[in-house]
Amino acid sequence: MSAATRNGETAAEIAAAVRSGTRSAREVTDAYLGRIGAGEEAVHAFNLVTADAARARADEIDAMIADGHDPGPLAGVPIALKDNLCTRGVATTCSSRILAGWEPPYTATVVERVVAAGAVPLGKTNLDEFAMGSSTENSAFGPTRNPRDPSRVPGGSSGGSAAAVAAEFAPLALGSDTGGSIRQPAAFCGVVGVKPTYGTVSRYGLIAFASSLDQVGPFANTVTDAALLLDAIAGPDPLDSTSIRAEWNPVISAVDEGIEGLRVGVVTELLDGIDADVAARLSEAVDVLRAGGAKVGDASVPAAIHGLAAYYLIAPAEASSNLARYDGVRYGLRVDGVDVADMNAKTRGAGFGAEVKRRIMLGTYALSAGYYDAYYGQAQRVRTLVIRDFDAAYRDFDVLLTPTTPTTAFEFGDKTGDPLSMYLSDVCTIPTNLAGHPAISVPFGTGANGMPVGVQVLAPALGERAMFRAARALELGAP
Amino acid sequence: MAPERITRADVEHVAHLARLALTEPEIEELTGQLGDILGYAAQVSALDLTEVPPTAHPLPLVNVFRPDEARPGVDRDEVLAQAPATENNRFRVPRILGEARG
Amino acid sequence: MSTREVSKAWEAVIGLEVHVELATATKLFCSCANEFGAEPNTNVCPVCLGLPGSLPVLNERVVEFALRLGEAFEFSVPAQSIFHRKNYFYPDMPKDYQVSQYDAPICVDGTLIVDGTAIGIERAHMEEDTGKSLHVGGSGRIHEADHSLVDYNRAGVPLMEIVSRPEMHSAEQARGYVSALRGVLGVIGVSDVKMEEGSMRVDANVSIRPVGSDELRTRVEVKNMNSLRSLGRAIDYEIARQIEMYETDERIVQETRHWDEDAGVTHGMRTKEGSEDYRYFPEPDLVPVAPDDSMRARARASIPELPAARRVRLVSEWGIADHEAAVLLAEPGLADYAEGAVAAGASGHDATNWSVGAVLGYLNENALAPQGLLLRPDGLAELIGLVSDGSLNRKLATDVLDEALRDGKRPKQIVEARGLAQVSDEGAVGALVDDVFAQNSDAVADWRGGDDKLKKKKRGFLMGEVIKASKGSADTAVLNRLLDEKLNG
Repeated sequence: MSAATRNGETAAEIAAAVRSGTRSAREVTDAYLGRIGAGEEAVHAFNLVTADAARARADEIDAMIADGHDPGPLAGVPIALKDNLCTRGVATTCSSRILAGWEPPYTATVVERVVAAGAVPLGKTNLDEFAMGSSTENSAFGPTRNPRDPSRVPGGSSGGSAAAVAAEFAPLALGSDTGGSIRQPAAFCGVVGVKPTYGTVSRYGLIAFASSLDQVGPFANTVTDAALLLDAIAGPDPLDSTSIRAEWNPVISAVDEGIEGLRVGVVTELLDGIDADVAARLSEAVDVLRAGGAKVGDASVPAAIHGLAAYYLIAPAEASSNLARYDGVRYGLRVDGVDVADMNAKTRGAGFGAEVKRRIMLGTYALSAGYYDAYYGQAQRVRTLVIRDFDAAYRDFDVLLTPTTPTTAFEFGDKTGDPLSMYLSDVCTIPTNLAGHPAISVPFGTGANGMPVGVQVLAPALGERAMFRAARALELGAP
Repeated sequence: MAPERITRADVEHVAHLARLALTEPEIEELTGQLGDILGYAAQVSALDLTEVPPTAHPLPLVNVFRPDEARPGVDRDEVLAQAPATENNRFRVPRILGEARG
Repeated sequence: MSTREVSKAWEAVIGLEVHVELATATKLFCSCANEFGAEPNTNVCPVCLGLPGSLPVLNERVVEFALRLGEAFEFSVPAQSIFHRKNYFYPDMPKDYQVSQYDAPICVDGTLIVDGTAIGIERAHMEEDTGKSLHVGGSGRIHEADHSLVDYNRAGVPLMEIVSRPEMHSAEQARGYVSALRGVLGVIGVSDVKMEEGSMRVDANVSIRPVGSDELRTRVEVKNMNSLRSLGRAIDYEIARQIEMYETDERIVQETRHWDEDAGVTHGMRTKEGSEDYRYFPEPDLVPVAPDDSMRARARASIPELPAARRVRLVSEWGIADHEAAVLLAEPGLADYAEGAVAAGASGHDATNWSVGAVLGYLNENALAPQGLLLRPDGLAELIGLVSDGSLNRKLATDVLDEALRDGKRPKQIVEARGLAQVSDEGAVGALVDDVFAQNSDAVADWRGGDDKLKKKKRGFLMGEVIKASKGSADTAVLNRLLDEKLNG
């Protein structure tokens, strides 16, 4: 099945039609809002649908076209925004009670960029509270359902954005990925998800989970659409000190370059413990790449097996500090107390859900006096090892290949009682975050239960062009 | 040196540091779960990495600066409108009891 | 008990932590104005309010200022320094962590010369200030208040924390250190260094030990001194308190104590066990600062002559006393003023005398800085010229200077307008003496017939009458001579 026909129309087609005047942005927006109206109750992809603002924005785009102006490469393309991206005057909640109703006085750089490129935001999508989770079950506002099978989770934390694209509520969505939060739900929902190189996309206005790992990235139904969106959001931002200073080299022109001679390594350490059906798809993916002219071999990233443990020290440690500011003083929830410390503790006790509390506790512990060296300090050294091992692998290969997840989408409640088993579902995605490298998840057939399987292409820092070439080949050859 | 196990007192101490009011069942549940997760994470503490430098950040950037030029901030009313309590254009909080500050 | 008595058996060991607000246009990590006294919560933005999603970007001027400190105090500046987060909850700290520097500060191992003695400075680092709380009810004291109100204008203002080694041994020396530090910081242009406005805050770590010992005993941190005077009082009090504790076999606990200016005592602040676990870790939202050669060269080039070196130079070039040079340098800008007068032709000796006398008096009376004087240094030189060429006596010159300082007129202009030029002409002075003798023949007769005591009295009276008749303009040297000639003649 070719990508273009899997899901109605592509973002590229919409933008082309709107720019050429053959379709109005308003007509496109109304069509997507209509689909949300019909399907949202069953899926719950959104925390908030901003229908009026979307129509008004679409009308502006149409007015620009009428005036002979080009609204940009995403002209009239509806887009869903993960609800951890700040939008001025529009509630931004992180799916947390502690931020319910908060209206930021400013807008995230990524959101400004997609709007400047002509896109039409439709609303804010559901997530695991503060992006902590792998199933969207940790949302304070109820879970999102997998559009492919409503008894199953959509993955997480960007489950709402993945589901919105899979359900055709929006052709594009933005998510954020700290340990797999774009790629894992993309795999579970059968869409394309990209975690760009750390520093490529501004984090200004992305509500932080773990600052040294977080990165905003696209969801789309096709590899080309994902490239289109990535090109619109990437590039330096003076408001983010960790943004790469060099101008972004667009990936859209690389997508269809083919993979003749591309060196692809399959990461052997990440094949252990994955389900047989997922392993089978991966081996077919290898065949597809070989058939396209790539040279495929075995690659080794030994430290990857320690990545998960390091991640579950580093991410909670940073989160424990990033989430300290939710103290009931300046915004969001307040639960009264006899003094300010009591108010802080009661507010946080009532405002955060179980998973967020767990990670704050874990991170506070890992940073506390006496344990820093054994936990946080040691995890940072593992991070160095992971980077070194990737560097070594990329001397022999242009890109690496792994499954995105060890299993296909699981059922609600399967892992909620056992946090550690939930964490283990991120084993393949986490090493890239530790290294700051890019990775993309591409749908590649289905598993034994009929649910989508995702394969993941990894690349070294700023290796997105090669990564997109491989992804496109997999998309074209997918079963 | 990782601790042998997480005790209830550890959980209470960490909850105090993190300003989290926890219920009895939460304290109990967390005592077990933190022990499990840290037990798993302890695999990194066991590695001999004395020769490996830590990586705090994946980017090799240095010296990212901003010019010292003032720009308007945000509108006070817009910010105060989001606050749980205000008085005289300030954020109002319950009394501050005597914990030492840094 | 005074510090002097201390030296009998005990020696104080004092280290100072000085926080200096930097005089930048904007805050440390955002473009909000760094401004004292604005309406509450008007200099705020997502970054300094710690709003979700906001990120810090370092102010380049702060790094430049830090490197100036590096030069001025002969710090070594490591190849890389990084920021850490210091985690603790406090309502005036918007993120509930402070971005500061921890084990990799920008400046380490510096020195400050305090009255000829080198005091070591362990480190100087960059960090952000907190907001300000106003306590409502309970007479404004924090713990008795009904509630508190927070203003975040100051949150994120850039600070340098300068930590001395524990190498001072008296309150006086500590005051000297702060005074010298303030002098240097003012000269290198990084801060207003006003203790009273809070742009310079000093905490003291005080311990005592038996004289002759080199151990470091339990130290107590004393906070909340808002002037040099209160710093001295607080340290003296704390030394006495600790001696008394040792001498009555009480245990001194490591704690933070609050100086109460009105009561003249320090109070312990309640601390909870374990509340000081700051969980420092590298700030992931910022990248390291790696000062390169050009950044350092720029800092070096911007450092003017420092007070200690200047003091030595002025003493040797002008032949003034060391304490006079110290007074000139203690008032920021005053030495520049005196040097300006010298450049315009005055002698260093005269420029110093007038600057530390009438000029400094006028500055203090009117709470002015030398830079704000209407009379510029060349005007002072002009006045000094009028004295040395005999046109004005010292008394007249003081009057003229006073008027010149007040309205900025040139001294020569004032002399002309008031007809004040000194009368040195012997004929004119002699005529005045003759007139006075004629009008006061009784006094002249008394002088002639009087004993030494009466002679002295009458001579003084006649002298005064001549000066009065001349409206003060008679050259006193000429007058003295003529008076004696005519009385004896």
